[in-house]
Amino acid sequence: MSASTDVPKASFRLSQLIYDTRYRSITIQVIALVLLVAALWWLVNNTVQNLETLGKDFDFGFLTQPAGYDINQRLIDYDSQSTHGRAAMVGILNTLLVALLGCALATIVGVLAGVLRLSKNWLVSNLTAVYVEGFRNVPLLLWIILIFAIMTESTPEPRDFRGEDATASLIVGETVAVTNRGVYIPRVGFENSLSAAGADWRAETAALEAGEEAAPPPSSGLDWLIVFGVLVASILGARWNTRRADAIQEATGDRPATWYVNLGIIVLPTLAALLALGATIVAPIFRGFNFAEGIHLRNSLIALWLALALYTGAFVAEIVRAGILSVSKGQTEAASALGLRPGRIMNLVILPQALRVIIPPLISQYLNLTKNSSLAIAVGYMDVRSTLGGITINQTGRELEGMLLLGLFYLVLSLVISALMNVYNNAVKLKER
Amino acid sequence: MKKSVLFGTLTAAGLAAGAASAATLDDVQARGTLNCGVTTGLVGFAAPDADGEWQGFDVAVCRAVAAAVLGDPMAVEFVPTTGQTRFTALASGEIDMLARNTTWTFTRDVDLKFEFVGINYYDGQAFMVPRDLGVSSAMDLDGATVCIQTGTTTELNLADFFRVNDMEYEPLPIETNAEAQQQYLAGACDVYTTDSSGLAATRASFENPSDHVILPETVSKEPLGPLVRHGDNEWGDVVRWTLMSLIAAEEMGVTADNVEEMAEGTDDPEINRMLGSSGELGAKLGLDSDWAVRAIQAGGNYGELFAKHIGEETPVGLARGLNAQYTDGGLLYAMPFR
Repeated sequence: MSASTDVPKASFRLSQLIYDTRYRSITIQVIALVLLVAALWWLVNNTVQNLETLGKDFDFGFLTQPAGYDINQRLIDYDSQSTHGRAAMVGILNTLLVALLGCALATIVGVLAGVLRLSKNWLVSNLTAVYVEGFRNVPLLLWIILIFAIMTESTPEPRDFRGEDATASLIVGETVAVTNRGVYIPRVGFENSLSAAGADWRAETAALEAGEEAAPPPSSGLDWLIVFGVLVASILGARWNTRRADAIQEATGDRPATWYVNLGIIVLPTLAALLALGATIVAPIFRGFNFAEGIHLRNSLIALWLALALYTGAFVAEIVRAGILSVSKGQTEAASALGLRPGRIMNLVILPQALRVIIPPLISQYLNLTKNSSLAIAVGYMDVRSTLGGITINQTGRELEGMLLLGLFYLVLSLVISALMNVYNNAVKLKER
Repeated sequence: MKKSVLFGTLTAAGLAAGAASAATLDDVQARGTLNCGVTTGLVGFAAPDADGEWQGFDVAVCRAVAAAVLGDPMAVEFVPTTGQTRFTALASGEIDMLARNTTWTFTRDVDLKFEFVGINYYDGQAFMVPRDLGVSSAMDLDGATVCIQTGTTTELNLADFFRVNDMEYEPLPIETNAEAQQQYLAGACDVYTTDSSGLAATRASFENPSDHVILPETVSKEPLGPLVRHGDNEWGDVVRWTLMSLIAAEEMGVTADNVEEMAEGTDDPEINRMLGSSGELGAKLGLDSDWAVRAIQAGGNYGELFAKHIGEETPVGLARGLNAQYTDGGLLYAMPFR
C-alpha cells in the first residue's frame, strides 16, 4: 500500500516535550540535570562567598609548614618540626594499620562465629548468638570506649612494676608487660644487623668494660627485608614442590608426600637467615617512667582494634551463616554419603560454594570497618582523622582544605579495597563454562 | 512555577547564610538569646552546677554580655565546645562569642580570623604530677607520659618545651578535661599539663587534692580571653566594652550591690559616663544607656566574679597574682570610658 508513505511529516511542537512519550524522559532528565547543576553551583558559590566574607582563601600551602605537635604512634620518622603533610602521612599509616589488623581479625572472628552459630551443640550456637546480637546491636563507639576504659582501669600502672616490692610482674616468661598504658611485647633485635645502627652497636658493645651491661641490639628495615625476602623465596620454592607433586600424581597416580619437604623448604632457610643476622629477643625493660625497648601496643590501638574487629566480626558472622545456609542441604547429605567427615564437608564442599555468596557483602564490611576507624579520636588514637582532620585543621584553621583531603583519602582507600576484593571475588565466583 | 519557588527558597537561604556573618548584634537581639561557647566542663570557669545551671568565671562573661545586650543575664544558650570544635563553632556562626579560656595568639588572631576582645585571665602552662611520683621539677620529666588536650596551644608548647630541653615524652592525646582527669587519676599518664588555672580547677575536684602537686615551672604565657569573629566590629565592640566595664567597675569601686545607686549619678564623671547617667556611650554601642549597669548587676564586677568562682575562698583557690588591678601590681587595666 502506498498510504503509509505519504503520512504527513508532523512538525515538532513544544508540548510534545511533555506529552510525547518519545521525548518525555529526555525532558525530565534534562530538567533534573539542570537542577542538580544549579544546586551544586549554589553550594560552591555559597562556600566561596562565605570564605570571602571571613577573609579566608583556599590554599594547601599549610601542608608544607611545620606541624609543631607530637604524635605518639609513628610508623615513619616524625617529630614536632616535621610538616603538616608528614603528620598527615603518619596518620594515614596509622589508619591503614588499624584497618588491616581490624579486617584480618574481623574475618577470623566472623568466620568462626558464623560457622559455630550453625553448630548442633546448643551451648556453642547460643553463645555465638549472644556474641553476634550483643555486638551488632550496640553502637561501635560504646564498645571502643568500654574496651578502652577496661584496659585503663583494670590493669596496673607501669610504676607498679618498679622496685623490690613490685605489685605487678611481667607475664609469658618475663617478656610481656600488660599496663594501663598499653601492652609491651618483646621485639627482635639483630646482633649482626646490616644497618649503620648495627655497626655502632657492635662497636659500643666491644668497648664495654667488664660488668657493664650491654644495650640491646638494634633492628632495622634492611634486616627485616632480608628475612622476608628469604621467606617469600622459600614459599615460592614450596609451591614449586607442590606443583611437581601434582605432575607426578598426574603421570603415575602416586602422590609423593609433600608436607615435610614443604615445611623444610619454608622453615630452614628463614631460620638460617635469622641465625646469620644474630636475631635475639629483646624483652621490655622498665626505665624511668615507662617501659623501654620492646614493642608498645598502645591501649588506644588495642581498644580500637578489638572493638572494630569484634563489632564488624558480628556482621561478618551473619554473612558467613547466610552464605553457608545458601548451599543446599543435599550437598551436605551427598558429601556425607561419600563418607566425608563433618569438618571436611565444611572445608571441601560447603565453604567453597558459600564463598561466592559471602564475598560481595564482605567487601562492604571491610569498607565499613576502614571508615569506622575514624572513630579513633574517641580514645586518642592518632589516625588520619586525628592528625590531618583534627589537630592540623585546628592549628591552621584550614577546615575546608583538610576535610576535602580527608574525604579524598577515604574515597581512594575504599576504592582500592573494593578493587582488590573484586579481584578476589572474580577468582572464587562460580565459573560458568 | 515549582521551579521559581525552589529558586526563591534557594536565594532566600543564600541571603540568610550571607547575612549571618554580618550583624551579630541584630541577630542576637532578634533571637532573644546569646549563643556562647564554653568548655565542656571545668570547675570554676564553666561547668553546670547541681541544678544544671552553668556557673563559672567564663560563664559570667557570657552572662554579662547577655545582660548588656538583652537585659537578661539568663538569656544565654551555652554551647559546650572541645579544644578542637571551638573555632569551627565560632567561625561557622553556631556561637556568637567564645569564652572558653582560649589563649590569644598571633595565628588565631591573624590567620584563623578571630578577634580577641580583651583578656579576662592571665595564665601560663604548668604541669601537675601525683605527689608520690617524687618529681619536683619539670626538668625531671624525661620519658614521662603526658596527658594533653588536643587542639590547644598547650599541645604546641609541650612539644617545644621537651624539644628545647632535649627530653623525650609520650603524648597521650585526649579530648576534654573530664577525660584527662579520668586518665590521669587512673595513672594512664604521669603528668597532666594545661594552663595552671585549669590545673588548679581540676585538682580542686579531686578526692584528695593534696596528693597532687603543680610543678613550679611555668613554660608559657597564656593570656586567656573571650573572642568573636573577625569582621563584625560593632559586635566586637559590645563584647570588648562589656568586659572592660567589669574590670573598670572593680577599679572604680562599683559593685553589684551599689551599682543601682551609683547609676543615679556620682561625683566621678567616668562612672557617670559608664553607667549612663551622663553622655550616650550606650547609644554609640547600639544599646541603651543602662547596658553597663545590667552587665555589672549580672554577677558583680571583675573582682567579685573572681572571688566568687575561682578566688582563694573557693575550692579552686587561685590568688589574684597577675590578675590584680594595675593599681595593685597586676596587669588588669581597663581602657578609659570617654
